[in-house]
Amino acid sequence: MAAFLQLDQVSKSFGSVTVADGLSFEVGKGEALGVIGPNGAGKTSMFNLITGTLSPNSGAIHFDGSNITGHSAAKRCRAGMARSFQVPQPFSGMTVFENAMIAATQAGGMQGSEAEEYCIDVLEQTELLDRANVLAGGLTLLGRKRLELTRALCAKPKLLMLDEIAGGLTEAECTSLVQTIKDIHGRGVTIIWIEHVVHALLAVVDKLMVIDFGSKIAEGDPRTIMESPEVQEIYLGIEADA
Amino acid sequence: MEWVNAVVQGSLLGGLYALFAAGLSLIFGVMRLVNIAHGDLIVLGAYLGLTVTTLLGLHPLVALILVVPTMALIGYVLQRGILNQTLGKDILPPLLVTFGLSVIIQNALLETYSADPQKMNAGALETASVSVGGLSLGLLPLLTFGIAIVVIASLQWMFYRTALGRAFRATSDNQEIAQLMGLNRRHIFGLAMALALGVTAIAGIMLGIRTSFDPSIGGGRLIFGFEAVIIGGLGNLWGTLIGGVILGVAQTIGAKIDPGWQLLAGHIAFLVILAVRPNGLFPRINE
Repeated sequence: MAAFLQLDQVSKSFGSVTVADGLSFEVGKGEALGVIGPNGAGKTSMFNLITGTLSPNSGAIHFDGSNITGHSAAKRCRAGMARSFQVPQPFSGMTVFENAMIAATQAGGMQGSEAEEYCIDVLEQTELLDRANVLAGGLTLLGRKRLELTRALCAKPKLLMLDEIAGGLTEAECTSLVQTIKDIHGRGVTIIWIEHVVHALLAVVDKLMVIDFGSKIAEGDPRTIMESPEVQEIYLGIEADA
Repeated sequence: MEWVNAVVQGSLLGGLYALFAAGLSLIFGVMRLVNIAHGDLIVLGAYLGLTVTTLLGLHPLVALILVVPTMALIGYVLQRGILNQTLGKDILPPLLVTFGLSVIIQNALLETYSADPQKMNAGALETASVSVGGLSLGLLPLLTFGIAIVVIASLQWMFYRTALGRAFRATSDNQEIAQLMGLNRRHIFGLAMALALGVTAIAGIMLGIRTSFDPSIGGGRLIFGFEAVIIGGLGNLWGTLIGGVILGVAQTIGAKIDPGWQLLAGHIAFLVILAVRPNGLFPRINE
């Protein structure tokens, strides 16, 4: 499988704090990669490096056949990347529908009624259609999480990055969200998904990667990885309070 | 009847103040930039109008066709070339830079046009009036007020009904996320400043038809603009129009009591409202 996204020896540190230490991995087109690791391992920083919010001290990032290491976040977004945030960050003074429209028109490159219809479809999928005209700042946590997913999807991404989207949801909510993500993956969208709720992750991803201290510790078949002693050790302390 | 007249004339004057304020309000709303040079940019608009009318022999209102796009272009270049670099967490750099800009514009105008007061000639429009129920209303103030309503309604429509407006609001709401949604903040801010200076050009020309102007009057127009914005409530464009009207009415009523009280009465009205409603009369709900 040709690499769709490739990180090559990417490093980033803030003074003595290293968030990425020679991080290298590939994601093939249409693949779904799960990412796990302890808190502070550098998972969200990895997303920031990929989307361009952070620029690496060294190393290169290739996406869809071109080197995007020096590209701005806005440019990367238009090239087909979208992400959700662990702590939802909607445009709180705008309605749910307007939030979706920003993503569809700016990032997704759609216009007018095409964009509107697309947003309505996505909102139906993410079960927010009945809240479309509510100000985003007034949504509940679940609503905000769904809005994160909505906005990411309205951007018509080729690469969808999800940051702990299942965290804080009830079992039933989680199950329906997993189904939604499975459907999206089924349509050929490449996904990278950071998640502590491991069973949600295992239901979708083809490949699992473990990172700690900003570098890759293990990568491979999800079930094999979860059974490996290294991962067991890292997760022993975390599973208890998860 | 004299008092009714004062209130009506003051309301119409408020239209001009709302035009002064609309650009200021827009810029603050989109990028939290307080533009100290705004008054001088209004005067620059008036001088550009003067140049176009004298060089090409056009009526000042026709000159708008040239002056509005010129000012918009100046706005875009100014924003991308200088002001974008000053924006950040610290609010001091944009204040200092726009203050410096104000000094530069004043001196450049002084050098180019001299300190002599100038006025644009709008012909019959300046003296024409209509009688309504015993009041004599000048056509020019009526036109200015009408333009202010059209400008504010258009800005309001643009903000809430168009893709560009959504981009402005999204960038204003959360710049970082807006970047991740594919919005180029520098370009969006450039467009906002272009739009603001387009409105400023209209304000400058209406000012230049109504009264004489010289390079030093920018500061006073800035104060009127600020007062209208703050009375109406930050970020609320219709509020800005009402703020302008309140300021205008206070001034004409002050002048009715004693001609020397015109400006003072406006400032007192502003201070009273600031003391009673520090967020203005109609602050935006979500702020």
